[in-house]
Amino acid sequence: MSGLRYVYAICRPLGAPLQSQLTGVAGDPPRLLNHHGLIAVVSHVPERDFAEKPLREHLEDLDWLTATARAHQGVIDALTVVTTPLPLRLGTVFRDDSGLRTMMEEREDYFRRTLDRLEGRVEWGVKVYTEPEPETEPAASGDGRPGQKAASGRDYLRQRRQSVRAHEDKWQQAEQFASRLHERLSAYAEDSRLHAPQNPALSGVSGRNVLNAAYLVSRAHSEEFVELVDRTKGEVPGMRVELTGPWAAYSFATEFTGEGNR
Amino acid sequence: MTVIERREIALVDLLDRLLAGGVVITGDITLRIADVDLVRIDLNALISSVNEQVPSPWESS
Repeated sequence: MSGLRYVYAICRPLGAPLQSQLTGVAGDPPRLLNHHGLIAVVSHVPERDFAEKPLREHLEDLDWLTATARAHQGVIDALTVVTTPLPLRLGTVFRDDSGLRTMMEEREDYFRRTLDRLEGRVEWGVKVYTEPEPETEPAASGDGRPGQKAASGRDYLRQRRQSVRAHEDKWQQAEQFASRLHERLSAYAEDSRLHAPQNPALSGVSGRNVLNAAYLVSRAHSEEFVELVDRTKGEVPGMRVELTGPWAAYSFATEFTGEGNR
Repeated sequence: MTVIERREIALVDLLDRLLAGGVVITGDITLRIADVDLVRIDLNALISSVNEQVPSPWESS
C-alpha cells in the first residue's frame, strides 16, 4: 500500500529506537523519513480516509477523532521518551514522500531553530476550576421568585442582591486566584500559553474552568514545577487545580513572531 | 521521565493541543488540511454527540 503520508512530528535523528510495537494512525506503524539530518515521523494512510474531503468529514465524527487523536498522541509519547519531538498539528497529510521532503527542505531552518528552542523541554498543563457550590441557596428562579419566601418586595430585592453579590465575589476570587497562579507559574516556566477555557459539556468535568494554561519547562526543572503546582492545591477553598503532563511541547511548537507561518 | 504518574489523558486536553497546538503547515504540497479551519472543527457537533452518550466518554480515568 502506498497511500498518503500522515506526519506526526519532526525531530533530530533518534538516539534510541522507537518502541517496537507502536501502531500509529490508521493502524500503520510510524516510519522514519530522514532528510538532510532531520527526521519526519510518518504513517502511510489510505486516501479513502485521509484525502481532504473524507478527512474533513471524519473530523466531525467523535469516535474517529478520538481514535485518531489517541493514536497520534501514542506516537508523540513514544517519541518523547527518546527525543524532543516537534509535534505537527493533527491531520497534517502529504501526497507522497517527495512532497514531504520538499516541505522539510523549505522549512529546514525553522525546524532546526524550533527544535533547538524546545530541546530538553516539556509542556505541563495547569487548569483551575471553581468547585460547584455544595449547598446552593436557590437564588431567584426562572419565574422570579426567590427560593426563600420573601416577606415583602423589599426583602425579595435584598435577598436577590445578596445572592448576586455572593456570586460576584466568588468570581472575583476565582479570577484573582487564577491570575496569581498564572503569574507565579509563568515566572518559573520558560514560556507559557493560555488555552481557551474548556467547555464543561466537552470535558464532562464539574465546576467552571477559569484557567487553562500550558507551561514550557525544562525536564531538569519539572519536578520543582510539579511541586510548585501541588502546593497551590487546597490553597484557596472552592478552587480546584489540575495538572496534566508531561506533554510534548505542542503548545509551543509555533513561535508567535509570525516566522512559523511563512 | 515520570515526574508524576501518567493517568489516562482526557480527550479534551488532547484536543486543546492537537487541534490548537503543533506546527501548522500549509504548503501547496500538503492537502491543506492543517490550516486554521481545523481549529474550528464544529464543536457543536462534538458536544451534541457527547450529550447523547451517558456517561460522558471523556471520563475514562
